Parts: sequence; C-alpha cells; structure tokens
Amino acid sequence: MSEGKDRGGFYDTGWQPAGDVHRDEDGRPHDHPGLQEDVVLGVRASRALAMHELLVEKGVIGGHDVDDAIELWSERVPSNGATLVAKAWVDPEFKARLLEHPKETVVESGFVPEHNADIIVLENTSTVQHMVVCTLCSCYPTALLGPPPDWYKSFSYRSRAVTEPRAVMSEFGLELEEDVEVRVVDSNSELRFLVLPRRPAGTEGWSEERLATLVTRDSMIGVSAPLSPDSVQN
Amino acid sequence: MPAVHDRGGWPTDEPIDRQEHEWADWERQTQSLRTVLDQKGMMNVDELRRGIESIDPGEYESTTYFERWSASIEMNLVEKGVLTTEEIDERAAALRDRWGNPG
Repeated sequence: MSEGKDRGGFYDTGWQPAGDVHRDEDGRPHDHPGLQEDVVLGVRASRALAMHELLVEKGVIGGHDVDDAIELWSERVPSNGATLVAKAWVDPEFKARLLEHPKETVVESGFVPEHNADIIVLENTSTVQHMVVCTLCSCYPTALLGPPPDWYKSFSYRSRAVTEPRAVMSEFGLELEEDVEVRVVDSNSELRFLVLPRRPAGTEGWSEERLATLVTRDSMIGVSAPLSPDSVQN
Repeated sequence: MPAVHDRGGWPTDEPIDRQEHEWADWERQTQSLRTVLDQKGMMNVDELRRGIESIDPGEYESTTYFERWSASIEMNLVEKGVLTTEEIDERAAALRDRWGNPG
C-alpha cells in the first residue's frame, strides 16, 4: 500500500482535474494540476491519454466531459449501499420492498443504477450466506458500492470464488459454521447483486446512521460479516 | 479449455491479494473516458467487454485491468473510424517523450 488513503473503497491520489494542464515552454506539464508526471507512462496508459487528447481536439467529446465523469464516479461509494442495508435492518417494510423490488427501491432511494442494469438483493440468514463474483470480468453494483476493489477483479478471486468459496471467506476472516449453506452468484452486465448482511447482535436500539457504520463494502459482497458493534467507537 | 477471460473454477490456489493499488490518474481518466463514450452512444459496456475478451490471451494475462480497458477502447474507436491507429501511435509517442521516459 502506498500513501493512498482508504476512503471506503476510494483512494485519494491527490488527483486534480486534467482539463487545464499547465505546461512549460517545452511542453512538459508542471505544478500539480493535471496528470502525474512522476510515473512511468506505459504503452497502454499513453495510448489511453492519447485517445483522450485526440477526441477532445476533434470535438468528439468536450474538454471537461471526462472530469465531469470522474466527479460522477466520486459519488459512487460503499456508504450508498450501507445506507440501504441499515434502513432495511430497522424498517421491515423497506426491507421487504428492497428484496421484492430492488431496482425500483434503489432508484427511489436516489441512486442511479450503472448501465441501467437490474439488481437483485440477496439476504443472508443464519442458514444461508451469499457471495458475489464476476467470473468473466468485474461486473458489480458500482452505484451502490463504487468501483470494484482490485481483489474482486483478480484472477484468483474470479477462479476460487466458484470452487472454494469457504476458503476464500476464511481468507477474509469469515469462518462459517458447517451447516450454513453457501450460495455463490455470478454477476453480468445486465444483472448485479447486493448482499444484505445479517444485522450484528448487540445493536438493538441503534439508529440507521450508527448501524451504517458497521456495514462494510466486503460484507455487501458477501465475503465477510459486518463489523461488530464493539469494534467501532461510539 | 475455456476462453482466457472465463476464469470461474480455473485451477489455482493463489491467495487473494487484498491490497488495493493506488489508482494512477490515467486509470481514473480511462474509466471515465469509457463512461463519456457510453453517454455519447459511442461505446456501451458490451462493446467494452467484447473488446477485452478479444485481447490476445498472452496480453490478457500480462496486462493490468485498465490496460485492458485502454486496448478495448482503442479497438472500438478504430473499428468505428473515430480514430486511426496511426494517429494514436503518433500522439502516444509524443506523450511518452513529453513525460521523458521510454515507456
């Protein structure tokens, strides 16, 4: 891990909008606005940046379009999903609606599903644990959880989630009882999954806001449980 | 043998690396460039996937996630005649010179 600070799945790289890169006389970007200049620019990275510049120059896209989209992405964070989970924990009617009409409920809650994809919410119980993978690539409910973490996109997770989900959960610190049934679901571009984890014991009377602090990204992917109430400062 | 992207159940006991890499600016830009192209009706998520799944298996396994996105975006834009390989070659070379590394 480098100096990036975890902000619930986002990493702060000190990024600045690239719309107006200042350049020295010889054309090198300087100061900090714009792109990092202290990294080695690989072939695919340079081709991505080249395409962006060319598309802007040709007027195919606007000079600030990409910055606007980056701003949009910054609003996609795991706390979005956590608010839904916490509300479902305290409001049985909301929970029933979230499970029966998940996409409508997500939209009514103010979130915009990526690619207009459908969503299914899967409830974990004392006897069933759900775990989400995208074996083909990285499909994920980004509107509710932000961009998927590196491990979700890794070859090892995509392979092993299918064959040995219990071993994978164990690596994330979750040891399931033998009699708990494990259901692994495979996402695709039209259908994404959000796991509704079990409400931790010892949280009776907690507010939604306080409960939401226990709901981790990984618990909504189903590889781990929410935080325990005594692990957070009150 | 399944295609290279079809990873479910491939034999491996490699532990899950849970460390998150720090995103480079170009990776954020590439993610959002794809979003913008989608908004403009120029490249949807299925086209992104088709491009990624067309990458040579060796390259697929040796490149990073957003490097594969970059390759797919290029494949799509060149196929649609929006950009040419030559102009991307030329601009990418100029960018690498500007950065002062051989890339």
